[in-house]
Amino acid sequence: MSQLLRVEGLGVEVLVEDRLRPVLRDITFEVGKGEAVAVVGESGSGKSMTARAIGRLLPPGARASGEVSFHGESVLEMSATALRAYRTGGIGMIFQDPRASINPVLSVGDFLTEPMTTLRGLSRQDARRRVVRLLDDVGVSRPEARLRQYPHELSGGLLQRVMIAAVLAMEPMLILADEPTTALDVTTQSDVMAILDEARRERGMGLMLITHDLELAAAVCDRTLVMYGGRIMEEQASWRLHDAPLHPYTAALLASRPSLAVQPEYLEVIPGRPLSAVEAPAGCPFANRCALAIPECSESAPVVRKLRGGRTSCIRAETLAPSLASAREAS
Amino acid sequence: MTDAVLEVADLSKTFAPRHGLRRGAGHPALAGVSFELRERRALGVVGESGSGKTTIARILVGLEKASAGDYTIGGVDPRSLGRGAKARKRRARLVQMVFQDPYSSFDPRQPVAESIRQVLRLHFDLTEAEREHRVATLLEQVGLDERRGQTLPRGLSGGERQRAAIARALAVEPQLVILDEAVSALDVSIQAQILNLLTELRQQTAVSYMLLTHDLAVVRQVADDVIVMRDGRIVERGATDSLFEDPQHPYTQLLLSCVPRQGWKPRRTREARAGVG
Repeated sequence: MSQLLRVEGLGVEVLVEDRLRPVLRDITFEVGKGEAVAVVGESGSGKSMTARAIGRLLPPGARASGEVSFHGESVLEMSATALRAYRTGGIGMIFQDPRASINPVLSVGDFLTEPMTTLRGLSRQDARRRVVRLLDDVGVSRPEARLRQYPHELSGGLLQRVMIAAVLAMEPMLILADEPTTALDVTTQSDVMAILDEARRERGMGLMLITHDLELAAAVCDRTLVMYGGRIMEEQASWRLHDAPLHPYTAALLASRPSLAVQPEYLEVIPGRPLSAVEAPAGCPFANRCALAIPECSESAPVVRKLRGGRTSCIRAETLAPSLASAREAS
Repeated sequence: MTDAVLEVADLSKTFAPRHGLRRGAGHPALAGVSFELRERRALGVVGESGSGKTTIARILVGLEKASAGDYTIGGVDPRSLGRGAKARKRRARLVQMVFQDPYSSFDPRQPVAESIRQVLRLHFDLTEAEREHRVATLLEQVGLDERRGQTLPRGLSGGERQRAAIARALAVEPQLVILDEAVSALDVSIQAQILNLLTELRQQTAVSYMLLTHDLAVVRQVADDVIVMRDGRIVERGATDSLFEDPQHPYTQLLLSCVPRQGWKPRRTREARAGVG
């Protein structure tokens, strides 16, 4: 699979009370052409910050280190012109709350056609025709009428489809979708994910799906990356992650989610609350909540290494992997 | 009288049509809904946005007036209590509600223990020592220690705030607690803690729960009975296990088929939705 996005040793520090504090540490992964990669984590894990770093949309005062390259070109060092081309044709971003990223005073039609006429040089009529086709394609009923409507007149699900149409209209090579379906109903979620999936298969777009939902990640993505406290915990093929997690955190996360299939009286809980990278101690950030931790876990920064066709940062992974897998099998 | 804590009969709500909104007079938010909830049971109300589940909750707690139909909580029709401070207090003893975002339901300048203390002061004639004991017990029940109780809402994490909101709801010793998407916004590991807390509290107290959520796995984990709502009507109801294992209504089947799981593939639902009618 040819490489589209490569993130290597990415670190990000942000200003917290006038001091630079690390929120991402040593993030390395790739997304190939036509490939779907999920980034899964709880609050503070750094999953959204990773997307922002890739889009070069870091908050003011933040400092990025390491390398983000798109088609071999360094994103962190792009000139303003190159960055504009990258953001309007290289990547397309979809966020959880479409209302926060749409201009409320532009009609849906103007919002969708403007970039096509100004950036792609299409005539207004051509742009309109294309947009109508796209809206229909993403399941928006009566697309012509929608063009005259304003964002406040549309439901969240409809607006998210409009945002997706806007992103697809620019035919980006990679879509970064940050919790695109979290605020939506399950049937709408199925629609939205199906649309993204089709775009990937038919146009060879790469997809980076950021979500808290391990089940969703595993179902629609080829590979899943699990993050915690600003670090990568593990990465492997999605279909294996469920049955054979390579990190106790992934296993605990899988076990704590209620399921449609089995209902234990009590769910297996992870004690405490998720730590953000800013709070994380020197060693493995999950160590103080991990039932399988040993003193060494807290001593030095974990290093992500290859194991069983995937990658893990758990220093005990070789010892633990078989029992994590059999625990999954039993559940 | 049966042992029903909540009886709802033919409840309807039609919002006055507002300019620009698609939902007009011909499209009621709630169209003749009847159900009951027995003592110590937990009822899951499942439905997508616009299904009417939140409208039911808002009517039950008095934030909205029903257009037609009747309901009683603990055998009392809250509307018969009249208006004024005394009626509101009695209503609060019948039903409490916990919202998705507990932050906006707390006084930001008051430690959460103080919010609970105020509720107790308002509703019960306790000595100071008794009250303090009760505050400590309630906080402990939801897994918050004294130090967390002294914290302002903004100093607590989302999960801790939701625990405090549950403690405050239980402080009045209501007959019914309505949880409106109360665990939806929480991190997976925190959500599991709160769901276990609910299971624990159900064993310790005689409270009945009504759980409104779009999350089917959460309902399956917590509820004894389920009603599935669509467009203001109940399309299916039953004991949780049988409803999940053998759903009868095509809409319930559609909802279940849309839950991501191993081997699941996202698909467009336009045709399936049309088939449901």
